[in-house]
Amino acid sequence: MIELGNVHKSFGPKDVLCGVDLTLAKGKSMVIIGGSGTGKSVLLKCILGLIAPDSGAITVDGTDVTRLRQGSAERDAFLARFGMLFQGGALFDSIPVWQNVAFRLLRGSLKRPKAEAREIAIEKLRRVGLTPDVADLFPAELSGGMQKRVGLARAIAAEPEVIFFDEPTTGLDPIMSGVINDLIREIVVEMGATAMTITHDMSSVRAIADDVAMLHGGVIQWTGPVGDMDSSGDAHVTQFISGSAEGPIETVR
Amino acid sequence: MRFLANIGRAVLGMLAAIGRVALFALETISHLARPPFYPREFASALIQIGFFSLPVVGLTTIFTGGALALQIYAGGARFSAEAVVPQIVAIGMVRELGPVLVGLMIAARVTSSIAAEIATMKVTEQIDALTTLSTNPMKYLTLPRVLAATLVMPLLVGVGDLIGIMGGYLVGVERLGFNAGTYIRNTVDFLEPLDIISSLSKGAVFGFLAALMGCYFGMRSGRGAQGVGRATKSAVVAASVLILAANFILTELFFTA
Ligand SMILES: Nc1ncnc2c1ncn2[C@@H]1O[C@H](COP(=O)(O)OP(=O)(O)O)[C@@H](O)[C@H]1O
Ligand SMILES: [Mg+2]
Repeated sequence: MIELGNVHKSFGPKDVLCGVDLTLAKGKSMVIIGGSGTGKSVLLKCILGLIAPDSGAITVDGTDVTRLRQGSAERDAFLARFGMLFQGGALFDSIPVWQNVAFRLLRGSLKRPKAEAREIAIEKLRRVGLTPDVADLFPAELSGGMQKRVGLARAIAAEPEVIFFDEPTTGLDPIMSGVINDLIREIVVEMGATAMTITHDMSSVRAIADDVAMLHGGVIQWTGPVGDMDSSGDAHVTQFISGSAEGPIETVR
Repeated sequence: MRFLANIGRAVLGMLAAIGRVALFALETISHLARPPFYPREFASALIQIGFFSLPVVGLTTIFTGGALALQIYAGGARFSAEAVVPQIVAIGMVRELGPVLVGLMIAARVTSSIAAEIATMKVTEQIDALTTLSTNPMKYLTLPRVLAATLVMPLLVGVGDLIGIMGGYLVGVERLGFNAGTYIRNTVDFLEPLDIISSLSKGAVFGFLAALMGCYFGMRSGRGAQGVGRATKSAVVAASVLILAANFILTELFFTA
């Protein structure tokens, strides 16, 4: 279980998170929605310790992860349970695609024989809809949507308990989006993983989410089961679902 | 008053920067003692920094050695001391010009490429991705590069010294009419072990500084293409200045006992 209590983060004069409270239950799929630039990516990075929050508590299964020292054994063990798909893919451009996907399996505590790691990488690539012949290409040779899917394959390669997806379907065609939505659902149901997904795509939200949280103005405006979303009564959520220019969410920000 | 405050702020800022660099250096070194290690990264850094720098090292030092011979011949002629060309070329190349020129060329070639590569990785979240994949960026990126540069630079400086002396020899024998055997004998007889030890030690220190600055500014890069550009520029400037300052200090240590 992941719990955030009163998390604050500012960059210089800009307050991005102003007291975020959020609970993520084990084995559930939570989707975060919210306008672009509201701090959704920053929120995920705070949980992973890539950005240090200014104040507030972030606990994972009871341990305060903001206290874990960089490079300590506890932090390594904590990170080993996580997988993350970055918004921009963040593939390592100096190594071929399959080594990106199998990165964890080629070094460190999860190290396996090279041939086996390659086989797993190709299997993961297939699950995100990529053929084995992309395995030996370099990331720069792929289209943006393909890079995103390689990033997704890398995030799930070591079968982590908790997976964060930052805009997994942005930049994909509708059919491929459907494939990725099904995959995320499958990972949660079959592998029992806990997932936290950021998306702007309402059809993704309905396909992936158990629970939905709306981030706006640095706080969670509304959170609840996906079934209650349409009748939430929250003006922010209603405006976001309908995509209307009229409402509390300003169109100039 | 404002003036004094500004000076104070600048001095404090500089002290803070020195502190940050020192901490960064200490952290890098501390990873030497803590596994896991990444031998493949180290080997590729050795090849990138060592082998592929050979052409530029050779070109820089051969021309400098040749020019040095011409200058000393012309200058020495003013008080009939043309004969000292081999000795002065040897000492000038080995003690000063070899290490400093190779150091500056490495700052231009290696520091810039390390800084741009790591800064780009930072800007495109690849450094964050490394961390989430349980790989410490200091271990995976910084240590292999700094270690490789420190170990391979003495070799590059040694090669540069030799080629510089050879440049002087070619000019001396072909243009200035020195006897080939005498030139070589004068060079070898004149050089002392301390000259060579100081030369190679300078190389190690300059290599360490060059790679460290590339990694330090790369890791601290700001956002976007502008951030990468700034990081690269700062890294090359800092590495060059530090190499020249370190050269002065090392010369002081070695030769004014
Ligand atoms: N490392 C950083 N330094 C400064 N500002 C940042 C940094 N990361 C994010 N921000 C700012 O925080 C805000 C939220 O960013 P982000 O979380 O990426 O938004 P989104 O909700 O679209 O994912 C943006 O205004 C962005 O400019
Ligand atoms: Mg984002």
